[in-house]
Amino acid sequence: MKNISDKRKLRNLQGIILLRIIIAANIFFLFLFLAMIFLKGYKVLSLSFLFEFPRQHMTEGGIFPAIIGTLLLTVISVIIAMPLGISGSIFLSEYARPQWLVKIIRLAINTLAGVPSIVYGLFGMAFFVYFLRFNVSILAGGCTLAVLILPIIINAGEEAIKTVPTDIREASYALGATKRETIIKIVLPSALPGILTGVILSIGRAAGETAPILFTAGTFYMIGLPGSLFDKCMALPYQIYALMTEGTHPEKQHPIAYGTAIVLLVLIFIINFTAVLLRYKIRRNRRW
Amino acid sequence: MKKHSVKKTNDTVFYIIITLASVSSVFILFGIILSIFSQGLKLFNSYNFLDFITGLNWYPVYDPPDFGILPIIAGSLLITSLTIIIAVPFSIATAVYISEIAKPHEKEILKPVIEVLASIPSVIYGLFGMAVFAPFIQKLLNLKTGFNAFTASIILGIMIIPIISSISEDAINAVPMNLREASYALGATKWETIFKVVLPAAKSGIITSVILGIGRAIGETMVVLMVAGNSAVIPKTIFDSVRPMTSTLASEMGETPVGSTHYYALFAIAAVLFVITLILNFIIGLIRGSLKTRHNN
Repeated sequence: MKNISDKRKLRNLQGIILLRIIIAANIFFLFLFLAMIFLKGYKVLSLSFLFEFPRQHMTEGGIFPAIIGTLLLTVISVIIAMPLGISGSIFLSEYARPQWLVKIIRLAINTLAGVPSIVYGLFGMAFFVYFLRFNVSILAGGCTLAVLILPIIINAGEEAIKTVPTDIREASYALGATKRETIIKIVLPSALPGILTGVILSIGRAAGETAPILFTAGTFYMIGLPGSLFDKCMALPYQIYALMTEGTHPEKQHPIAYGTAIVLLVLIFIINFTAVLLRYKIRRNRRW
Repeated sequence: MKKHSVKKTNDTVFYIIITLASVSSVFILFGIILSIFSQGLKLFNSYNFLDFITGLNWYPVYDPPDFGILPIIAGSLLITSLTIIIAVPFSIATAVYISEIAKPHEKEILKPVIEVLASIPSVIYGLFGMAVFAPFIQKLLNLKTGFNAFTASIILGIMIIPIISSISEDAINAVPMNLREASYALGATKWETIFKVVLPAAKSGIITSVILGIGRAIGETMVVLMVAGNSAVIPKTIFDSVRPMTSTLASEMGETPVGSTHYYALFAIAAVLFVITLILNFIIGLIRGSLKTRHNN
């Protein structure tokens, strides 16, 4: 009897140690990953790397146009996706009628959330670039990214609005406010930090995506800044890919690719860290 | 009284605006379906559908061209199954550890680690694979090239661990505490409780997370494009170079003239990819649906 119990205890111990090893492997990998990228890329980092234009077909100089390009693409995608997304989350959580429409919209959002990013890229090319004649441009790329982040914003917004308790809505109605007034003046302000967290996370997503902008916005090498939204642009993720796979001087291009990767990683960590801080603040300040 | 009716009109206008904006997602979905399928189906005006689905050769720029996507499908299937085999045990172990074993201060370290892993853009995983991991694997296993299905699957597996594990973790957390307590009361160890009580109870949530992981693995582009080696041949071993659907689209669309047969063939691949994600979504819907009815009973 004692023997069996010992065996089970041993099994238990072994199992938990195995889980610990797996977790340690996860953490080890993350640090290995970050250290490798950093070690390979830190030498090219400097202020001039950030603020200078590239020279000699991306073998020298800085990545300023790629930073600007990524900023423009992200800003446009958020400007387009945010109003649509927040409206969507208001509709799903506050109105939620008629039922058949709710079902259809939910089905559409769930489907959109699972569409591979390269398929978004092809759609963007067929629809924005050729059908709407935006050409390969910042506008076409921004619209494509907007479509990609729309489901993220809607889902996060709906979660945030759901956490607003029903009694403050009822208090608002009791004071004679209409549904619209209640939504705009009571529900949205209470849910705003949560909604913003979702929006910020979607910014991080849009900034890091490559496949959707391959054929809608990206270009390998620009000596100036784009003049209008109908111009092509460089972008950080696209540039990493292009530096590693195109061009004729890999030995000069690869260090720039690692440097760009560090810049993109730092940018995305800052964005996500903002979202985490915001979420932390919401939890602390919650009044209900 | 007049003020009241103005308010009412405003409310109706607001409702209409919100509804129209929400319906945009439905229009976008239709737009995607329409643009992908209308272009993709044009391939079959000049190319046999059966040859497309069952053809063994993908030679899009030969004269006459061959658009057989079997090698490409095989590449996608190989990468996806390897990725899932690698990612699922790690993901579930991570989820179990975080929700069942980790102490609160450990959770505070582990959750951000997972979130950071989840936020790293795929192109940077691809960069890591290309520059560090593929050469390492080549040396380690003494291969002709490190750019193959195996290497790509490991990178892809690491990339989707955060997705599968965070959703599994939600499922595990949702298992009621009294089930665990009942198990302990019967004298079960922690390990036995996890394996015989918690995981079976969280089964459908875990399956959902795995299916979502499959969807991500089959649709991910940059890692396979940069690491899988890009040769459109049916792989014989897991150390062969492959070219899945996504990297075919990414690597060939740029050089293809608009309106050519090759262009339509690429859209037809995108349509296949879209249908696969639809099917995966449908399965998830079925699982959630059956969960709901079970809860209602």
